[in-house]
Amino acid sequence: MSVTDSLTTADGLPLRRALLRADRRARWRAFALVAPLLIFVVVTFLVPIGQMLHRSVHNPAFPDNMPRLTAWFGATPTGTQPDETAFAALAADLRDAAAARTVAIVGTRVNYDLPGTRSLFTSTGRKAAGLQPPYRDSLLKADAKWGDPELWAVMRAASSAYTPGFYLAALDLTREADGSITAVPPERQVYVPLFLRTFVLSAAITGLCLILAFPIAHLLATLPLRWSNLLMILVLLPFWTSLLVRTTAWIVLLQQQGVINSTLVALGILTDDGRLTMIYNQTGTVVAMTHVLLPFMVLPLYSVMRTINPAYVRAARSLGATSWTAFRRIYLPQTLPGIGAGALLVFILAVGYYITPALVGGASGQLISNLIAFHMQDSLNWSLAAALSALLLGAVVVLYWLYDRLIGIDNMKLG
Amino acid sequence: MADIGRDGAFVEFERVQKSYDGETLVVKDLNLAIGKGEFLTMLGPSGSGKTTCLMMLAGFETATHGEIRLAGRPINQVPPHKRGIGMVFQNYALFPHMTVGENLAFPLEVRGIGKSEREAKIARALDMVQMGAFASRRPAQLSGGQQQRIALARALVFEPELVLMDEPLGALDKQLREHMQFEIKHLHESLGITVVYVTHDQGEALTMSDRVAVFNDGRIQQLAAPDDLYERPVNSFVAQFIGENNKLPGTVEEISGDHALVRLATGEVIDATPVNVTEKGQRTLVSIRPERVEFKPEMMPGDAHTIDAEVLEFVYMGDLFRTRLRVAGSDDFVIKSRNTQGQRRLEPGERIRIGWAPQDARALDPV
Repeated sequence: MSVTDSLTTADGLPLRRALLRADRRARWRAFALVAPLLIFVVVTFLVPIGQMLHRSVHNPAFPDNMPRLTAWFGATPTGTQPDETAFAALAADLRDAAAARTVAIVGTRVNYDLPGTRSLFTSTGRKAAGLQPPYRDSLLKADAKWGDPELWAVMRAASSAYTPGFYLAALDLTREADGSITAVPPERQVYVPLFLRTFVLSAAITGLCLILAFPIAHLLATLPLRWSNLLMILVLLPFWTSLLVRTTAWIVLLQQQGVINSTLVALGILTDDGRLTMIYNQTGTVVAMTHVLLPFMVLPLYSVMRTINPAYVRAARSLGATSWTAFRRIYLPQTLPGIGAGALLVFILAVGYYITPALVGGASGQLISNLIAFHMQDSLNWSLAAALSALLLGAVVVLYWLYDRLIGIDNMKLG
Repeated sequence: MADIGRDGAFVEFERVQKSYDGETLVVKDLNLAIGKGEFLTMLGPSGSGKTTCLMMLAGFETATHGEIRLAGRPINQVPPHKRGIGMVFQNYALFPHMTVGENLAFPLEVRGIGKSEREAKIARALDMVQMGAFASRRPAQLSGGQQQRIALARALVFEPELVLMDEPLGALDKQLREHMQFEIKHLHESLGITVVYVTHDQGEALTMSDRVAVFNDGRIQQLAAPDDLYERPVNSFVAQFIGENNKLPGTVEEISGDHALVRLATGEVIDATPVNVTEKGQRTLVSIRPERVEFKPEMMPGDAHTIDAEVLEFVYMGDLFRTRLRVAGSDDFVIKSRNTQGQRRLEPGERIRIGWAPQDARALDPV
């Protein structure tokens, strides 16, 4: 019998049970207070993210609409040459799919992996009702592409609802006919270079924000309250302004016939045909995003700097340190939690940023989120969009983990 | 009272003025000479200019006018890190991201002192404050008193000749504060350093200092050894700021050499020593320490004038009895008597006569 079991209240109730009972009301009340937020977060955040992750590996378009062919793929090993049974199943599925008007969905699904096949499905689907056995010959007569072994390999892969194919595509990898995974040729690589560009630009934006925000935050933390309040409003004012307005303002400033170029031309620094291209490219993305994300760096830095007693720097000075040494060895290390929090915040926001690069990025200033949006809205390849998003999410989680290992998440001060 | 000539001064303030806003002076015409090895305390209420003086000496504030000299050399233009002055800050200002050892190594590293010599000096400094075993701790892991010792060791580790202390004991509890007062005093004596100490705690100033400069309103009101300061304040501000003090306003009735008679508003006449009064008819404030007031007739000096008093309140304080009286129409006249064998406890409502030796009552400037 343990000690806790033997302890009882005055009327003989076990102490632990009495404690639970006494606290129960308070616990339920506390839970009831947080429950609305919890439900909100689960419904609007966790469930959609789970769905997205699921969709990135799950696409039932083929097996749902081509049940007979899917069954044949399931019954035969990989690499089996399609026989008459397979062509019969294909013809029957195409006929049903055409009747149910789902043949385009199947075509689109196969088209993800083998461009140019969507029209093959739709055109054959129109003729499917008139196909006669032997199906192999009549299908090949309808379109000779039905004999392409690559098409059959792709269809076999698509017949499984769960597939790593979208992740392979998102990483610019492809599965050869023999099942091995290889990188696509460099000229067809899209996503990996874009991921790289997203990370490099985000790092550049984070660095710029840090360089710009550090002096501002220091000023905010050391000025007399009257002035620091005014400065704080100046920092927050853009924060309260519509993102669209701010981005448009940058277009006005930076475009070829814009304020900066015209001023430089008027001053004779630039010739009229030597106007700088500062927008609709990477420069535009970096400038506008640095401006938009600056407050996220200023605020954590400010909140940390405000707590640093000026006596530390004075003490360092009195102990014989020059102002630079005092800054480097005493002040800077104490601002690290703020630098870490601000950098993490800005970087994570920048990595997933969409609207600013979409407006001012041109072709070279697009980030990965713009491509995700493209797959969501234009190509309608939601599974690929989901796979790209999941990779982005994974990268952010890895960063967060790294930060925790290096600096410690407990040290982070956000405000 | 150590009187320091111009040549013997180690730290000198000459006609120093300081203004922050260009409209008002925080320090007004400060002249102060501190001898080598002296323990000088700047004492005063907040806003009296004492901390500003210390900051000017440390180099964190610039003097608006006047000259500050250290060992005969003007230091107005010398940046703080080249002054070689040790400083202990109010909240210790130990660097939180460094261990105790790294904190102490900092002043030695920036001076380019080699590792082995550095370690020897750190060990010596830590031993000096009995914190030898704490070198690898972080400041947050130490108690207030321990942090205080480390701050002291850090200010001393690079062997400065002058150490400034800005209310270093303000954050400690009473018992620890009293203990640290003696430790700082002993360190000062054994190392032979010069200490300029700022505090608003008069008890601290009296216990530790060779001399105390009482600041008020940007001026030194009195610069004197502790006993002088307590027993012979030169004006009403000092009399009231240092220790407990009874004040009786009145007019000078008669004055002859070092003795004066003062007539109170109620018509009674008392003895006093003239300090800030010179002639008959002047208004004055007579200041008497509570422990120098006598109420037992057999203890009173024979020729003393006595006046009537009514006991209002008796407070038992352990080692002392504190009795509040109504004297000459005022309700806050206090006397203190030691709790000795057979000491009489006065009862509220009792009427007594009180008196004092003329040298204990000082006729100061009227407030």
